[in-house]
Amino acid sequence: MTYIRPKFRHPELPENKIGHSISYYEGVLSTLCAGCGHDSISAAIMQACFESNIEPYRLAKMSGIGCSSKAPNYFLGKSHGFNSVHGRMPSVTTGANLGNRDLIYIGVSGDGDSASIGMGQFVHVVRRNLNMVYIVMNNGCYGLTKGQDSATADIGSISKAGSENHFHPIDLVSLALELGAPFVAQSFSGDKTQLVPLIKAAMKHTGFAFINVISPCVTFNNNVGSTKSYDYVREHIDATGTVDFVPPAKEITAEYEEGTVANVTMHDGSLLHLHKLAKGWDPFDRVSAINAVHNALLKGEILTGLLYINEGSTDLHHLLGTTDTPLNAVPQEKLCPGSEMLKKINAEQV
Amino acid sequence: MSDGKVKAKINDLVIRFANVNGTGSASANFLFTKAIFRMGVPVSPKNIFPSNIQGAPTWYEVRVSEKGYLGRRDGIDFMVAMNPQSMKQDVAAVKTGGYIIYDSTKILHDEFIRDDVNYLGIPIMEMCNKEFSDPRQRQLFKNVVYVGALSALLGIEFDAIEKLVSEQFAGKEKLIAPNVKALRLGSDYAKENFKFKLNIRIERRDLVGDSIMIEGNAACGLGAVYAGATVAAWYPITPSTSVVEAFHSYCDEYRVDKETGKKNFAIVQAEDELSAIGMVIGANWNGARSFTATSGPGVSLMSEFLGLAYYAEVPTVLIDVQRTGPSTGLPTRSQQSDIISAAYASHGDTKHVLLFPSTPTECFNMTVDAFDLAEELQTPVIVMSDLDLGMNEHMTAPLTWDDKRKYKRGKVLTAEQLDKIERYGRFLDVDKDGITYRTLPGTHPTKGAFLTRGTSSDEYAGYTEEPEPYVRNMDRLIRKFNTAKNRVPGPEFLQKKNNSDYAVIFFGTSTPPVLEALDMLKEKGIVLDAMRILSFPFNKAIEDFISSHEKVMLVEQNRDAQMRSLLMIEAGIEPGKILSVLSYDGTPVTADNIFKQINAHLAAKVKTKKTN
Ligand SMILES: Cc1ncc(C[n+]2csc(CCOP(=O)(O)OP(=O)(O)O)c2C)c(N)n1
Ligand code: SF4
Repeated sequence: MTYIRPKFRHPELPENKIGHSISYYEGVLSTLCAGCGHDSISAAIMQACFESNIEPYRLAKMSGIGCSSKAPNYFLGKSHGFNSVHGRMPSVTTGANLGNRDLIYIGVSGDGDSASIGMGQFVHVVRRNLNMVYIVMNNGCYGLTKGQDSATADIGSISKAGSENHFHPIDLVSLALELGAPFVAQSFSGDKTQLVPLIKAAMKHTGFAFINVISPCVTFNNNVGSTKSYDYVREHIDATGTVDFVPPAKEITAEYEEGTVANVTMHDGSLLHLHKLAKGWDPFDRVSAINAVHNALLKGEILTGLLYINEGSTDLHHLLGTTDTPLNAVPQEKLCPGSEMLKKINAEQV
Repeated sequence: MSDGKVKAKINDLVIRFANVNGTGSASANFLFTKAIFRMGVPVSPKNIFPSNIQGAPTWYEVRVSEKGYLGRRDGIDFMVAMNPQSMKQDVAAVKTGGYIIYDSTKILHDEFIRDDVNYLGIPIMEMCNKEFSDPRQRQLFKNVVYVGALSALLGIEFDAIEKLVSEQFAGKEKLIAPNVKALRLGSDYAKENFKFKLNIRIERRDLVGDSIMIEGNAACGLGAVYAGATVAAWYPITPSTSVVEAFHSYCDEYRVDKETGKKNFAIVQAEDELSAIGMVIGANWNGARSFTATSGPGVSLMSEFLGLAYYAEVPTVLIDVQRTGPSTGLPTRSQQSDIISAAYASHGDTKHVLLFPSTPTECFNMTVDAFDLAEELQTPVIVMSDLDLGMNEHMTAPLTWDDKRKYKRGKVLTAEQLDKIERYGRFLDVDKDGITYRTLPGTHPTKGAFLTRGTSSDEYAGYTEEPEPYVRNMDRLIRKFNTAKNRVPGPEFLQKKNNSDYAVIFFGTSTPPVLEALDMLKEKGIVLDAMRILSFPFNKAIEDFISSHEKVMLVEQNRDAQMRSLLMIEAGIEPGKILSVLSYDGTPVTADNIFKQINAHLAAKVKTKKTN
């Protein structure tokens, strides 16, 4: 099957501050099933990068294996990307980030990729607080291998083939909170207004930013009885509040009333406004966020929005004490101790 | 016992220390070795230790050789038998006429008495209990006492040992005096009680030149520092752990910015080997030199990723310190048995570049070369060390560095170069050597970006399932592998070329005992051509050497003759052409073993000639 992208573009597409229109953020044409939630997430990533005035070449797209992990091909064609092996995106991203701390890293994974084969790497990348955005396109099933249950499928959920899932699901959001991820959000691929500002905020955040996005698989998991179908998610969604992300521009804050809005100042001075709605939910308190998520799960609801943020988070480079210069740019003179030093080392070995 | 009339053998001995693991014998035994080295006499120690932390038997074997033989040879002249648990086998291992030092605080049981060896009883425990009050010291100094006694018995200069002790405890001066006291206790006891001359002696010589003593793993770690590696990711496994530990301590010394206190390196202890190699690939993808170190089980886990690095053409450096397999095998023993699994690690048609060091000096040089090769060839390069090389101190040539040497970063396009290119193709074979041009993430705003992946790609890095571009790509990878044949270090030839119909081939840690075995043959009037393999893929010189001989005898330390298979598959050598000389019990192969097997092959040859 070949796709030919129509050449025609509106000549007056709006441009962002660095002079790019949204089309500058496109990748190759998607080969995912028409209507797949993953494509909506790709579109949200493009929109978020466009609105955040990001130069695509300063961003690296990382992924594992699965329909979801194919997505990086379909956005930001001017970025380098790495489609690694099944479940191992976190380690490759860790190495990439250690090698060059100056790029923005967006990792895209599936629920099979992250909650089964890659569970170990997921857990450890959270633990190391790698500075990256980690998006799970969570459809509760394996798309690419045609519809097997994944470890995030809800108990009692019915697969397309009609069988019932008997196992307790792994809730990646609870897990990320439990592990101490400093930025944890949940959203729905069908809710672009919520997802785009979340991605923008995640990219600005220093340290590990996790977004679990319910992303229905129209081909294998959009049937009656599935708890990850479009209809089910729409009916059971409960937002913590809305989020908007504002580039550095202090005066805008005055538009919001104190009390209902929490302002988070990011490292570069930009602001994140959190409009608080849900009762008992405090985005700065990890334990209360854990409770809120658990309570929603008990009610069969999916709590969306920015669930937790730790503004003072530091990342892996900080913990390791690495130099500000990206390690791939440190010159040989600084890396190689030279022949005189080696003579000294020899002298210590006799 | 020798009465002094028998002419003593000078500087030719094998001594084995039988200790209990965890009792602090390692540093005392090394003291003994180093003192001999300081007297200018070639010496080579080997740790033979169990996969246990404490309590189990551990041995340390030292070869002292006037002729400079650094491999193992059969026959133990001297046993320091400090472990009751292994006493029986230790006593049995000594050559007729040999010596046994034992702790005579308790009477030696009858079953340990042989009448063809000499017993040197020293009441070590009694002496230590009398002289030291601290229980830990009592235990530790038992080892120092026998080193003192050995110095007197063998003629090791007391000053040399004393000086080593003060160097060892520089900064902890309080420990020097009690150590010297313990040495003297042993030495005085020996002088007073053993008033006869041993038939083996150590004498000062000038035979070690400017050699140093260093472990292979430390040399690999240092090589990675000199090569400019900035990212190391690893998961602990014996016997490779000390590679990254050495890298770490050298980095702490040489890579911390004096002004800012910040580090020009990052080391991550990963959650497993899969993650470790993933990090290495990620860092190298971004153009930061990165490596990992592991052993056989780790190589198995890393295989999927090695296939990705091969196919996606990401430079990757791996130091494989081989141990005895299969599975957990003998986890603290040595073998050369990852050859096939490393050469073909991963599924599909995959092959990797291997380097085979024989000495710590080569560990250093080959680690540096591995980084250059990996980047030049954009592929994994595996340094095939082993436990014997990695975890033992070896006398080796001093490490050298040419300050003019510039890292070879391979074909990486800069933004300026990209500007001049109309259409960049990641997998276009522009130079027809199979090596294509890569671009690093973040280089150019609009040009050069591509998706790195393990699925089939066309020349422009576009996903494709078409047969032709897939085959073109696979064929190009072979072209690249052929290019590698002339970039990797070629073989080394010993003795006269084309002198004999049969020749000997070897590699890695078999080298010292093979050299000795060749000399043993020479003494019998047999001079054989010999070649050492330093790398895979095999270049033409290797094939030529083999085809110019009637038969070759290949020495390797594994059961299945893995190098032989590789030569058959990759160099098209006829199976019948290669006779194996194998050793795979986990202990480093001895010269005698090699000599015997070669002799047997030669004898069979003579026999067939006669019957013809
Ligand atoms: C080591 C390994 N095992 C199995 C597979 C087969 N495989 C490919 S994708 C996939 C599951 C993908 O599911 P998920 O991560 O949920 O992504 P989705 O396709 O649903 O977006 C599996 C099992 C593989 N590629 N590699
Ligand atoms: S199979 Fe499912 S997950 Fe995969 S592309 Fe189709 S809809 Fe999306």
